[in-house]
Amino acid sequence: MGRAAVDVLPVLILAGGAILLIFYVMFVPRALQPWSALGATLVLAAAGFASGWYLGRVPGITFFGTFAADRTWLWGTLIIIVVTALAAALSVEWFRTDARQGEYYVLLLLSALGAVLLAGAVDLMELVVAMLLSSVTGYTLTAYHRKSRAATEAGIKYYLIGALANGAMVYGIALLFGLSGGTSFADLEIGLVDADSTALIVGFGLVTIGIAFKLGAVPAHQWMPDVAQGAPAPAAAFVLVAGKVGALIVLMRLAIVLPESAVGWRPLVAVIAAATMTLGNLAALWQNDVRRMLGWSSVSQTGYGLLAVVAVGRSDLAVSSMLFFLAAYAMGNMAAFGVVVKLRGLTDRESFRGLGSTHPWLMGALVVSFLSFIGIPPLGGFAAKLLLMGAVIDAGYTWLAVLTVVNSAISLFYYARVMGPAYFDSAAEPRPVMGSLASWAVGIAVVAVVAIGVVAQPLASAWEGVTLLTG
Amino acid sequence: MLTTAIFVPLIVAAVTLAIPAKHAHLARPLAIVTSFVPLVVVGITWARFEIGDGLQLVESAKWIPSLGISYSVGVDGLSLPLVGLTALLFTVSMVFPFDDLGKSRPYYATFLFLEAISLGVFLALDLILFFVFWDLSLVGMYFLIGVWGHGDSQRSALKFFLYTLLGSLALLLGILGIYLYTEPRTFDMVEIIRTTPVPAGGVAATLIFLALGIGFAVKTPLVPFHTWLPPAHVDAPAPASTILAGVLLKMGTYGFIRISLQMLPETFQRFALPLGIVAVVSILYGALVAMAQTNLKRVIAYTSVNHMGYVILGIAAAGAIGSGSDASRSIAMTGAVVEMVAHGLITGALFLVSGSILARGGTYELDQYGGLAGRAPRLAGITMLAAFASLGLPGLAGFVAEFQIFAGTLGVYPWLAGIGLLGIVITAALFLRMIQQVFLGDLPVRWDDWRDLGRAELFALVPLAVLVIVIGVVPSWLIRVIDSFSQVVARG
Repeated sequence: MGRAAVDVLPVLILAGGAILLIFYVMFVPRALQPWSALGATLVLAAAGFASGWYLGRVPGITFFGTFAADRTWLWGTLIIIVVTALAAALSVEWFRTDARQGEYYVLLLLSALGAVLLAGAVDLMELVVAMLLSSVTGYTLTAYHRKSRAATEAGIKYYLIGALANGAMVYGIALLFGLSGGTSFADLEIGLVDADSTALIVGFGLVTIGIAFKLGAVPAHQWMPDVAQGAPAPAAAFVLVAGKVGALIVLMRLAIVLPESAVGWRPLVAVIAAATMTLGNLAALWQNDVRRMLGWSSVSQTGYGLLAVVAVGRSDLAVSSMLFFLAAYAMGNMAAFGVVVKLRGLTDRESFRGLGSTHPWLMGALVVSFLSFIGIPPLGGFAAKLLLMGAVIDAGYTWLAVLTVVNSAISLFYYARVMGPAYFDSAAEPRPVMGSLASWAVGIAVVAVVAIGVVAQPLASAWEGVTLLTG
Repeated sequence: MLTTAIFVPLIVAAVTLAIPAKHAHLARPLAIVTSFVPLVVVGITWARFEIGDGLQLVESAKWIPSLGISYSVGVDGLSLPLVGLTALLFTVSMVFPFDDLGKSRPYYATFLFLEAISLGVFLALDLILFFVFWDLSLVGMYFLIGVWGHGDSQRSALKFFLYTLLGSLALLLGILGIYLYTEPRTFDMVEIIRTTPVPAGGVAATLIFLALGIGFAVKTPLVPFHTWLPPAHVDAPAPASTILAGVLLKMGTYGFIRISLQMLPETFQRFALPLGIVAVVSILYGALVAMAQTNLKRVIAYTSVNHMGYVILGIAAAGAIGSGSDASRSIAMTGAVVEMVAHGLITGALFLVSGSILARGGTYELDQYGGLAGRAPRLAGITMLAAFASLGLPGLAGFVAEFQIFAGTLGVYPWLAGIGLLGIVITAALFLRMIQQVFLGDLPVRWDDWRDLGRAELFALVPLAVLVIVIGVVPSWLIRVIDSFSQVVARG
């Protein structure tokens, strides 16, 4: 037990830190509430250091076979922690006048914890716990402005779809448990070999619906645009990204243990990927609300990320392409939403006209994140797409790479609908902006987007042949 | 040394953006002076270039070794003339006087950025590095057209970006296809050209060739992938049109040679005839549609489609290993490369001239003009020189190129060469008609105070005109360098 606890130190730090922060928030006077942002950041920093330290001595499968503390998990955790810290930095001024702001940071930590647990889950029961922790906190973060109609509407939609998807997942888990006689992925790998293939694909399909909800993938993607548009912008940035990191990693782990011959899970994931990227792109095309557009573009990005899962086991690029994708997407999304936050939630496409000359730095950041989403080199998004497409071609799914190409070209259209007027139309009045903490967050995210592509060697060598354990 | 040609403009581009607003007028002189750095580098490179040594003056550094990606640049007989053309066209385009709408810092910064990127495309010896530069050229041109264009420039800029991005992503698929066949995995172009790793004859080779082909055909552009070109040219500012036609289109034809032909020689040979037929269609289609235009820039834009058709015809003939003699294929390749240089100089000059005409007359419509030869002899002289060079008058650069292309192609695909020659007849007719409309006949009264070319315009145009004549009269210095490349490729 003692050893198992040490193995998941980052998890313990996040959980313990969140609990301490609850007490702080409950007992200190209102004037001291804003310090809870700093408290959350310190917790994140400690968890981040712990994860970084474990990269040197990877614990492996631990906690009685339910948790994979491997390198992929550590990197996923680091991405989630950076995203959460950036979201916290973006939130400080946004929530300055909110009397309940302390609780917000507690929820942020707990939600990050849910995503971190998801990334390490190698047991169906643990998957459920992690999924629920991540989801429940997500609903609350989304509807945090309880007096805002848009926020509560987004929260309700998010919750309804989540309840349905999680219900489906639990039913699927029951099926898989019945078929294999165990809940750990190791049990699944052995127990499912001779399982009835129809029941197996139904069970996997239902579990996939639950994971697809976290990912924002078809058929449980509908909440993403609503949350992007309605939730408090810093919370939206976080909710869109953090869960996706955990969900993509756990989906890959689950896919590996399924018997390949009997079940068509690879074609199933391929179809989901194709549908997700295409639908997300087509729906984003004519959006006049920048945040909603970012929500749909996040859906399409999920579709690209799923390519890594399609290729897993068949291409040695699969895991590293997933990590590149998660890092580049996470940082790009934080930068884009960061710009929106910095402009005090500005979201009407028309009001971005001419901002290229009045806010050159902010628009520069927005353009870099957009170009990275499209996959323009040498940005992070390009490195990700290069590896993702390489992986699926390697795995014999060239058509998915072709579809990715077509979708990337289409996506240019809606990004250009914001980018073009910002630069090509004459200058507007300068917009009111948030303070320097938000600028720092945007700046860090943008530098990361560029660095993931330009200085890719340290990441590429760290992620080459990175381990992905399943128990 | 080649690295400085790329990175000095890139760094100065950033510096230009950082100039304080009250010193904004320094952006132009700073940019022009900087643009001489690549020119000097080209001069030194030309002097040190050893005929017959293949790729040389190579500079390389590790970039992402885990994925087989490196920073590697160098020149050979194919890229050196194109690098020279690029450096020259950027300098003259920046010298050419232009109303930058009070945004001179971003304008010249974008130009320097685009110059670095364009040089990078021709110098890169790593497929990913090549692709990085290739894709960034779209971003730079998108902003040039969108911000400083006229007419429906936002729409044209987006159309340009969308079409060419789709093309470049197809190219990326092709590059990935090649990469997955290398062992150990590498993007090193020299290594791939040496080993040609993709097995010939298979479905994979065909798919890779088609993906690359679509990528290059969009950029070149070949019919039917050309529809982005006319609006982009018409609405782009004149200096950007010069770069678009003179430099960016060459990236497509360069890619056909460097990647399609050199990395997949057997597959290229299988597809040489269809490619040649597409080229002839482009030649005739471009010429005929140009004939029907009433807008000066559209005329020049469509003659670009026509001229790039000649280039592709030459490349197709050169790549048809096994048909015709080595000598005729080599001549076709040399002709194609000379045509790339000649078209860059000639069309670059024509687009700059059209900018001068727009600045004075406010329209590109040909029927608004007439009789300008008497009022503006320098303008008329340079336009006519470029037009005659473009239609292939002996003694000028276009003739040297087209003569070699057709002489070479005759030895490989005689009937394709025969049909293609019709294109020259049509372009001759349309250029003569254009000259007649704009410069001859009666001068409309409202153009009575038409100004002839000013000093800055001449500084930009005269070097181009001189080179057109020099290449036309004594082409040996250029052909010697290109031949060193063509002969190797033609042997297969």
